[in-house]
Amino acid sequence: MTTRDVLFALLALLTGASAVLSVTSRQVVHAALWLVTALGALAGCYLVLGAEVVALVQVLVYVGAIVVLVLFALMLTRAPIGRSAEVDNPLLARVAAAVVAVVGAGLLATLLLAVVGGRTVVVDATGTDQARSAAQPLARSLFGSWVLPFELLSLLLLAALVAALVLSRAAGRSESSSSIDSLDVGRRPR
Amino acid sequence: MHLWPAVLLACVLVGAGLYGVLARRNAVLVLIGLELLLNAANLLLVTFDAAYADRLHGGQVLTLFVVTVAAAEIGVALAVVLLLFRRRGDVDLLAADHLGEPNDVEASTDVRPLTDEAAR
Repeated sequence: MTTRDVLFALLALLTGASAVLSVTSRQVVHAALWLVTALGALAGCYLVLGAEVVALVQVLVYVGAIVVLVLFALMLTRAPIGRSAEVDNPLLARVAAAVVAVVGAGLLATLLLAVVGGRTVVVDATGTDQARSAAQPLARSLFGSWVLPFELLSLLLLAALVAALVLSRAAGRSESSSSIDSLDVGRRPR
Repeated sequence: MHLWPAVLLACVLVGAGLYGVLARRNAVLVLIGLELLLNAANLLLVTFDAAYADRLHGGQVLTLFVVTVAAAEIGVALAVVLLLFRRRGDVDLLAADHLGEPNDVEASTDVRPLTDEAAR
């Protein structure tokens, strides 16, 4: 039981608890804010696992951008303030969802714990001068071996940007010319 | 450090994400569940990257890629959700069960299903 184990256990408890709260909370804004907690604590987990760059990207992209987008969407869709029963499916569907979630997580846990077992790993020291050398090999491999998928990702981001723009513009125009109508399933067949 | 807490946390995240996707009715909250699922995958990637000390750092690089894809996905998904809201006035996934809504009643009764046309 090392310091890392204790730190990771604390952060993992925080992450798991806030993840569960973010999917069970009846207040939609609280759900989004619990998501912030879960993702931030998960960034701490990455830090303990020795992946500083990933932790920083997690904070920048997830906590900084994605959660803000989710909060914007909640406000733009006039999410109900306060407790609301309308955000969840009926009770029967929720029970079925809980069963599926527990069974899925249990199966995955059985498989992965059997693979991992009591294995331990020595994580390189961080927070010292060696921390600088932890990002260097990652950068070398990211811009060396992985540079082609990296460039492809920029294309994906561009495509997503254009798609989001087109979708947003289609909503502003009149109904007859919107792009959704051109996909209309109710269109008269010839 | 031991690996099993990280693996267990990933399983908890998968469970929470699955529940969020399946049990929520508000489209934005379904997306929150989706983010949790993606983060479970990320945590497993980082964990096994540390476990196997990959020389190419495949786990960490793939995690960065997944984060980028998640950002692209959430951008497009939220644009779709906003479009749904503007056309329907809510983002209730139980109510939005018909593609191409809102259809006027005349059009939906006038047009026969495609299967009828194909049968002729």
